[in-house]
Amino acid sequence: MSFYKIIEKYKGFDFDSAFSSADERKDNLFWLLSKKAEPHFEELAQVAHETSLKNFGKAILLYTPMYLSNYCINKCAYCGFNITNNIKRKKLSLDEVEKEAKFISATGLRHILILTGDSRGESPVSYIKDCVRILKKYFSSISIEIYSLEKSEYKELIDAGVDGLTIYQEVYDEDVYDRVHIAGPKKDYKFRLDAVERACQSGIRTVNIGALLGLTDWRKEAFFTALHAKYIQDKYPDVEVSISIPRMRPHVGEFKQIEVVTDENLVQIVLAIRNFLPRVGITLSTRENSDLRDNMLPLGITKMSAGSTTAVGGHTIPEEESLQFNISDDRDVEEIRAMLRSKGYQPVFKDWVGEI
Amino acid sequence: MKDSLVIGGQEIESRLFIGTGKFSEKRLITDVMNKSGASVITVALRRVDTDSKDDNILDYVPKKCIIMPNTSGARNAEEAIRIARLAKASGCSNWIKIEVIKDNKYLLPDNLETLKATEVLAKEGFIVLPYMCPDISIAKELQRVGAAAVMPLGAPIGTNRGLRTKEIVKIMVEEMDIPVIVDAGIGRPSEAAECMELGCDAVLVNTAVAIANDPVQMAMAFGMAVKSGRHAYLSGLGRVAESASASSPLTGFLRK
Repeated sequence: MSFYKIIEKYKGFDFDSAFSSADERKDNLFWLLSKKAEPHFEELAQVAHETSLKNFGKAILLYTPMYLSNYCINKCAYCGFNITNNIKRKKLSLDEVEKEAKFISATGLRHILILTGDSRGESPVSYIKDCVRILKKYFSSISIEIYSLEKSEYKELIDAGVDGLTIYQEVYDEDVYDRVHIAGPKKDYKFRLDAVERACQSGIRTVNIGALLGLTDWRKEAFFTALHAKYIQDKYPDVEVSISIPRMRPHVGEFKQIEVVTDENLVQIVLAIRNFLPRVGITLSTRENSDLRDNMLPLGITKMSAGSTTAVGGHTIPEEESLQFNISDDRDVEEIRAMLRSKGYQPVFKDWVGEI
Repeated sequence: MKDSLVIGGQEIESRLFIGTGKFSEKRLITDVMNKSGASVITVALRRVDTDSKDDNILDYVPKKCIIMPNTSGARNAEEAIRIARLAKASGCSNWIKIEVIKDNKYLLPDNLETLKATEVLAKEGFIVLPYMCPDISIAKELQRVGAAAVMPLGAPIGTNRGLRTKEIVKIMVEEMDIPVIVDAGIGRPSEAAECMELGCDAVLVNTAVAIANDPVQMAMAFGMAVKSGRHAYLSGLGRVAESASASSPLTGFLRK
């Protein structure tokens, strides 16, 4: 069975009435994501905070993204790397990868997230494997955020030293998915949806999923994200599951009809996830500004990026300007570390023992 | 006679063991250990970074304490063995707490994989303390393959629900020759005392101390509770009557 079966169950489902008639219960996802829960934010936040402390302690895992390549053959309306966007394309040489790795690891970070655009020509699995071989010398955990792979390819990368997968469905609503993924291999909704499972079956240790908030009704998207996480958690209990809550950021692409997701909405999503799935990790990236990130910490955040850049080689080649999107929190690792300490959280730089 | 706890040939001063994963600041650990009197501390190897320029958790552990690395994050025996060997190679100690968890939802340990890892590591000379779901036959197997102690959970990790597994733990205390240490789920000093009154050899606490407003004071409270529970056990607790004594005894006629 695939998670698609669950998605199919909700085709034609009356979400509006499900949200508006939901019973007030802290494990009722419809209620948690409904307007009716809004007056209960403080109460939900207190429970979310307590639950997070018990499950994860006063500790936040830090990581940073490292863009290997922005060549992409997809036409996704919301993304700066879209094939039709006129940006400077670049792929890091292995020497440049090493340079970036040295620079990042000098900040103390031991968890790295590597990203590429979707181009089997420019950034094939073999290239990613070569990069991983270098990165293993510097990092104890390597996650990938790349195009969807076949099961055997995930296995290949895991054997090479990858232990985490970040893959966003972007949008669970199949019609919207079809509309914003104008052309390219990413247009295949089901292949994207099942990628997480293929990685789980190949022995991945952690997965991080999410919906790009702003493409359509966030309540439904958050609902499916939570169900997806639960599905993975139930079916692959040995895999650590976490959820990202990326809100759309300005980018050079054509998609401009962003549905507004307010700070209140974002908070509600976090509270809903934490109350519904106490053991799932929640990642808050530098897409959000420093104030909001700091304030949202105690609501259940477990993972944060620091010293981020969305440019290929952006850690060591500062003149690069071809961004996937603009970040909002440009604090470096040192500043994030200091902020966490001041808020009574332990910044965790290392939380796995990769085979070095 | 002196009441001493001996594990792996080493006499352990305090029956309170401390876990470290959830503290807001690593430097709290020094005071937690010193003020509570705890002498064994478990540290996840996944969190230890000896190359880091940042402070290292091991720097904060008082010299007199025994560091027991743990295999947190291991999903099978193979991973636990790999992490244990890395721990030894990094110079932590030859103590190892085996933690094999394939269930991220409830964080319950996998007893079979734990047994496999224990057997291999005990043969390699490690002092192995396996974290386990309370079960008498697995506990006996663990003892047979060389575990230095067994560590049944009181309740799932981080739940602070207390000694929910009391009935089985009690049997383990009665039947095992090696120390029985309750690990996980203990939320209050009174619950730690309850474990000790039952005859457990020690208690391991992390969450309850780490997330308290004043972790050092909470650690002290646990240190005292463990001591007091142990004294109560040693002095022989009075039997608890299940019901009141009847005023018209049914067998009184026999005494006439």
